[in-house]
Amino acid sequence: MNWFRDWMMPMQASEHAAKVDNLYMFIFWLTMAFFVSICYLTVAFAWKYKRKKEGVLTINFQHNLALELAWSIIPLILVIGVFFWGFNDYAAASVAPNDSLEIHVTGKKWSWTFEYPDGTRSIRSLHVPVNKPIRLILTSEDVLHAFFIPVLRTKTDIIPGRYVDINFTATVPGKHQVFCAEYCGKDHSGMMADLFVDSPEKYAEWLEKGDEELYKMKPADLGKMVWEMKGCNSCHTVDGKKGEGPSFKGLFGRTEKFTDGSTIVVDENYIRESILNPQAKVVAGFEPVMPTFQGLLREIEIKGVIAYIKELK
Amino acid sequence: MSAETPIADHAAAHSAEPAFRQHHFVNAEQQFSTSKLGMWLLLATEILMFGGLFVGYGLMQSLYPEAWVAGHHHLDRIMGAVNTVFLLVSSYTMVMAVHSASTNNKSKTLWNLFLTLGFAGGFLVVKYFEYAHKFHDGLLPGRLFSYQGGGPPQQAMFFGFYFAMTGLHGFHVLVGMGLIIWIMIRAKSGEFSSAYYTPVDLVGLYWHLVDLIWIYLFPLLYLVS
Amino acid sequence: MADTLTTPKAQTHVEHHDVDYLHDGSLLSWLTTVDHKKLGVMYLWSILFMFFLGGVFALLVRLELFAPGHTIMDAEQYNKAFTLHGAIMVFLFIIPSIPAALGNFVLPIMLGAKDVAFPRLNLASFWIYITGALIAVTAMVTGGVDTGWTFYTPYSTTTDGSVALMTFAAFVLGFSSILTGLNFIATVHKLRAPGMGWFKMPLFIWGIYSTAIIQVLATPVLAITLLLLIMERAFGVGVFDPKLGGDPVLFQHFFWFYSHPAVYIMILPGMAIISEIVPAMSQKTFFGYKATAFSSVAIAIVSFVVWGHHMFTSGQSQLAGAIFSFLTFLVGIPSAIKVFNWITTMYKGSISLAAPMLYALMFLILFGIGGLTGIFLGAMSVDIHLHDTYFVVAHFHYVMMGSTVIAFLGGLHYWWPKMFGRMYNESAARVSAILIFIGFNTTFLPQFLMGSRGMPRRYYNYLPEFTFLHQVSTVGSWILGLGFLIMAGYLFASLRKKMDAPANPWHARTLEWQIPSPPITHNFHEVPVITTEPYDYYRPFEPSVKGHH
Repeated sequence: MNWFRDWMMPMQASEHAAKVDNLYMFIFWLTMAFFVSICYLTVAFAWKYKRKKEGVLTINFQHNLALELAWSIIPLILVIGVFFWGFNDYAAASVAPNDSLEIHVTGKKWSWTFEYPDGTRSIRSLHVPVNKPIRLILTSEDVLHAFFIPVLRTKTDIIPGRYVDINFTATVPGKHQVFCAEYCGKDHSGMMADLFVDSPEKYAEWLEKGDEELYKMKPADLGKMVWEMKGCNSCHTVDGKKGEGPSFKGLFGRTEKFTDGSTIVVDENYIRESILNPQAKVVAGFEPVMPTFQGLLREIEIKGVIAYIKELK
Repeated sequence: MSAETPIADHAAAHSAEPAFRQHHFVNAEQQFSTSKLGMWLLLATEILMFGGLFVGYGLMQSLYPEAWVAGHHHLDRIMGAVNTVFLLVSSYTMVMAVHSASTNNKSKTLWNLFLTLGFAGGFLVVKYFEYAHKFHDGLLPGRLFSYQGGGPPQQAMFFGFYFAMTGLHGFHVLVGMGLIIWIMIRAKSGEFSSAYYTPVDLVGLYWHLVDLIWIYLFPLLYLVS
Repeated sequence: MADTLTTPKAQTHVEHHDVDYLHDGSLLSWLTTVDHKKLGVMYLWSILFMFFLGGVFALLVRLELFAPGHTIMDAEQYNKAFTLHGAIMVFLFIIPSIPAALGNFVLPIMLGAKDVAFPRLNLASFWIYITGALIAVTAMVTGGVDTGWTFYTPYSTTTDGSVALMTFAAFVLGFSSILTGLNFIATVHKLRAPGMGWFKMPLFIWGIYSTAIIQVLATPVLAITLLLLIMERAFGVGVFDPKLGGDPVLFQHFFWFYSHPAVYIMILPGMAIISEIVPAMSQKTFFGYKATAFSSVAIAIVSFVVWGHHMFTSGQSQLAGAIFSFLTFLVGIPSAIKVFNWITTMYKGSISLAAPMLYALMFLILFGIGGLTGIFLGAMSVDIHLHDTYFVVAHFHYVMMGSTVIAFLGGLHYWWPKMFGRMYNESAARVSAILIFIGFNTTFLPQFLMGSRGMPRRYYNYLPEFTFLHQVSTVGSWILGLGFLIMAGYLFASLRKKMDAPANPWHARTLEWQIPSPPITHNFHEVPVITTEPYDYYRPFEPSVKGHH
């Protein structure tokens, strides 16, 4: 009956999905048996005992202890069985193995952001290695959302101000659908993401190179995104105000004076050096507090930041 | 409770019929016990309604105990205690009013109802001064909270509960006063006797609930530990 | 007090004996009537209007979903349309439908009473209902609401529109519901006719009584929840807002503490009607009377402790989830027992397949689907997959519409001759019933499949792979609409006829069938004395009501 299950349910992309489907199909056939009996008896009685003559008296049949006990106790036992089955699978799926890869997920009207252990981020696409236990740690920035991956039969509500997690091990490589399943307003139905289950090599390569999207973006837009997402914006303003660090506004081409008295005209190499080795030259009037971004930014992202600064005249 | 349908008028015309019995009751006793059951059910819903607020209050207190302690310092225990006494005494005068009504003592009924009304009014006057003080200090719910004296920010939530709970309770006091005035008018026109004083009894029950809820509200809000 | 007691005999009146209630008093006097029958009829027209309004929104929603993307409205309009559909159907139609309309009319007569315990309170409930309805309509035309009928925070505290007003409407409607329930409980306890012990009450009374208990005990919690929500919007108190330190899940707990019992406020009266129709139309003693009576009360009680099953995915503790799941399964057992009892009642009966019975048979099948699909959702691991998908939408439509609304229609056809003194066109009624059955299943069966395949609910747009199933569903909604159109036609047509209904067209034995159709204003000339069981179809009929035969 696999074809029937495959017709009813999405693809099974994890062992847990297969377990859920087993219970689903068990309940399906169990309830089908009851349903067919109910329909048969209803229709058969209505047909067989259809009124032929008005005003007849009928039998007095009010109790049958054996019958009543049977139809109370048998369903009770069956549903208790279903309860334990369902609870066991649920409990097993909620345990995170120790070697889980942890990925942070943030829902915000109406998109998903994913952050990987090495600091890489992606929007609307989640990449995971195949056959590796994954633990998603999820939160929301605004209202309730729900992260729903049908092929993994997993879902959780996401609550602002709180972390929830889901665990899975995806076994089928490829691109799978992710939905937002808790109503969140206008573009609720557009709040989707793609789950890419990749081979370990492909996953590593993706981490290295980043999302395809990055390569399609205008460099300055990418730079702006990096400035927001990597936290540059907490020290460097873009409107000329002084922050913890110099403002990006009008920075490119400006002559900067450093704590050691030297000066330089800001160019691409200087910006690159300041990102990767910020203590090499510290602008006069500022503390040497900037951390290095060595290994945290990809080449293309550094280029993006430079393009962005160039735009901020 | 008479002239509400022609039939009831008609019923009143029968000599054996007491005027207060509504047509769909078999006898006065049935009418009395039914009314009483109805009032108890109403009180049950009231308790559940306040119960919801108490649960929410308790949960938030467990999350922000320090805000609750800071918040309750702004409440005037003396005024709260005075109000508690007002309501307790008013419950006593209410009991006396019911008793007087059931023993055909019209003037004592009216006097006791009047005293109850007085204490209820006193309660609201004190409440007014408390509210005025909170308004003046900006101790208001949520985003209206503009108190300058510092303390945990969740005090705004505490005052949300404070105003919700005391406001809802105050509304019940107001309704109670209206009911008391209504039965005073009816008592004055001599509608009640030992045979029929159901409305006094029911308003009494209601008034005790209003008192009871305050007995819970007072320590909950004013005596946070 | 003993000195003023009167005997039951002393209260017979002569003048108004022979005027039926429909013609007693001017049209204007209806507005201030305290007659439970007139109030029942006024409720009936009000809720039928609301059903129409909610139905229009349903058709619009289905039409929009005929194709992915923009079909007839944009996303914001769609979100408002499904919210209004849900809010109207739940708060303005289903909850008051059976108790307030049919219950008001039938319950006192079945008990052998002249009215409900508190007739003026009954009138007040009606006008509170109308006030609530007007507030809700005001909210619709002044910006609408796009929160879904569940008003989940923090979305509902941050979105635009008339959320506070709509919430207030639900708050007001809640009081109407509380007061009706309170009235019914007091009526059942105190106004039963002489000889009518608890176990001689028709099962309809048991169902409405259990419903009333839930109405009285659960609705106040909803009221306070909605009040907190209104405060949240007005002042930003923050109880449900995580930004201010509150807990949005607390709202869900509060909300479902009411709203799950509310599901039983909706279904128990439906079951109650089926328990009347099946024995009457089968002319058979009810099988398992006590089991059915007790199961109504059992459902009412257990319904208070299953609310957490709406939150398996909301991050409550595993233990809490397990307990709620277990209790959810338990609450299914009394429902199953009822189904078996109804079917066994038909066994060796003398079954008439007139319209009310057709609806009862439809109920058995559709409630079978609605109830059994609940087992999927009670099982935790499966529920995680199905939660918030179309599977849930289909499940609760099978319970709310396939069961409660179908039972309501059964009751409407069963008691229509009694209420208005006219018979409707039986052939048209059968055609309409069959169209509704086909239309309903065509609309909602595909949704189980969509949900299993992962189609989330409340989606304006959807993936192309779901298009075909959505289109089948939409076509089903048209068939359903046609069925209702025919029904409106023959019901209105029957009202234009002369009164032709016999006192007892179904040869039923409960008290309402022992008085004329339509009844006189005070229901009974003399207080009936009950000596028989309500469903004694195995022996010759002994009327309990004197003076009408």
